[in-house]
Amino acid sequence: MFPRPIETLSHRTQVLYKFALPIALILWLLPLLAVMLTSIRSPGDINAGNYWGWPTDFNLIENYSAIFTQTPIFKYILNSFKITIPTVAITLFLSCMTGYALAIYRFKVNLWVFFIFVAGNFVPFQILMVPVRDFSVQTGLYDTITGLVLFHSAFQAGFCTLFMRNFIKALPFDLIESARVEGVGEFKIFWYIVMPLMRPAIAALAVLIFTFIWNDYFWATALVQGDQAMPITAGLKSLNGQWIAQWHLISAGSIVAALPPVLMFFLMQKHFIAGLTLGAVK
Amino acid sequence: MNLATPQSQTGFAAWWKQHRFKIIPWLFLAPGLFMFTLYVIWPIFQSIWISFYDWDGLGDPRFIGLANYRELWQDDGFYTSLKNNVIWLVLYMLAVPAGLFIALFLNQTVFGIRLYKSLFFFPFVISQVVVGLVFAWFYDPSNGILALIFHAFGGTPPAILSDENYVTYGIIAAGLWPQIAYCMILYLTGLNNVAPEQIEAARLDGAKGLRMLWHVILPQLRPATFIAIVVTVIGALRSFDLISIMTQGGPYGSSRVLAYYMYETALSEYGYRMGYGATIAVILFLIMMVYISFFLWRMYQQEK
Repeated sequence: MFPRPIETLSHRTQVLYKFALPIALILWLLPLLAVMLTSIRSPGDINAGNYWGWPTDFNLIENYSAIFTQTPIFKYILNSFKITIPTVAITLFLSCMTGYALAIYRFKVNLWVFFIFVAGNFVPFQILMVPVRDFSVQTGLYDTITGLVLFHSAFQAGFCTLFMRNFIKALPFDLIESARVEGVGEFKIFWYIVMPLMRPAIAALAVLIFTFIWNDYFWATALVQGDQAMPITAGLKSLNGQWIAQWHLISAGSIVAALPPVLMFFLMQKHFIAGLTLGAVK
Repeated sequence: MNLATPQSQTGFAAWWKQHRFKIIPWLFLAPGLFMFTLYVIWPIFQSIWISFYDWDGLGDPRFIGLANYRELWQDDGFYTSLKNNVIWLVLYMLAVPAGLFIALFLNQTVFGIRLYKSLFFFPFVISQVVVGLVFAWFYDPSNGILALIFHAFGGTPPAILSDENYVTYGIIAAGLWPQIAYCMILYLTGLNNVAPEQIEAARLDGAKGLRMLWHVILPQLRPATFIAIVVTVIGALRSFDLISIMTQGGPYGSSRVLAYYMYETALSEYGYRMGYGATIAVILFLIMMVYISFFLWRMYQQEK
């Protein structure tokens, strides 16, 4: 192991390390801790400029109920779920199949098709913005949840195909060979033999895509205008414009917006990191 | 009992048996490839095409040849954005060594270290909108924490986000926070997979500390470093959210980058100049293409 395990070093170093850890963590997460504390401050504290000291009163319930009753934040959160969950499902559906096709079958343009997916996944969003927006306006998908879901599913298919293809490629090919010899049809092989083995990949991508789409801000501003389809990211930005310097409300809103992906990460940590670090070892 | 031989099959069945391995992959690919072409591949070409037009997004586009590119050549806003993109690219790279540093710090097995690792990773999970709001509040010159620190030392706090000289650096600092977390997790996974025998062998040879890191560990972390650089470059060139949240490109457009400038030109109160916006996007795309080509080339070498 590198660096040298701390247990093998002097007692003094070990104690020092045990103190350094929480201090480093507090400094690292200071922005988040400050937001949490401020989300329960009273307006009086904010007006008095007490942003950093201990709050004089705790307005946990007042602040959080204020954002839910006085603003459409609940609607934004609901929209975010309505956008994120179908996107995850559709992307996984598309990329299980594309990944399978590119990993299992040999055909002339295989590598080219694969590279198109990989390259497309890296392009800047702006090169797509004008045509995608125009297409959405013309098909009536502009300013709708469906419009965002369709775009996100298509775009994320690039990354997911890369991931799935490499994952399936690492599976033992003999499995498929012997199934073919037994006379099992190609679609049955996909569904009954390969799909069950893809569960870890599906779980990893599901959490990753959930986080990516939940946190998307650019497409939410490019393809949505009104409250009816606006997700929490763009919603928070528009609320920020209305709540000038009401930091207790902005903080409470930020916490609410950050909560779902944070929970997702904690519940599915292993899969999340497996997805993110694909290719970091080999 | 049916003793059908392949010869006795006729029509579709025989044809299918002969050609199925040519057709089935395309059946699997069809839905994904269709969606991806419709929403990603085709729009790239459309954008290039639109960049030769003058278009407000509603009326008829008017062909103006290279006029958009000529205008861009003399546009100060474009050069400011380009310069900021370069600053972003260079400074964002700090996330790679910083991520490595934190990963080395956390690569221990003491009690509770797993929780520490996941908490350190937190900034990457939350939305950049939230990161932007929090840092904007940090920089607030009247009551932000930065102001408090300056007051404590008797100084006057700079108004980071409304000062042309500091604004881009202020935003980059906010962007580095989640990016460092990302690089850290890549390196933690990489460190987990470093061959222990090699470390022991090097220790027996008397290698330690920085020399060990440089000659033994880093070569083994190369895949992690490669991915960290790729995602950091892409992240730097995609920077949009933080600028939109923290400054909207201001003051006086001094914190714009190409991604934001494109959006502002094509789709904001400054007007709906889709053609000109597409032109900026094409330039950004070409810059990104350098990295994409490099990435694909490397992948191609590995696939061979």
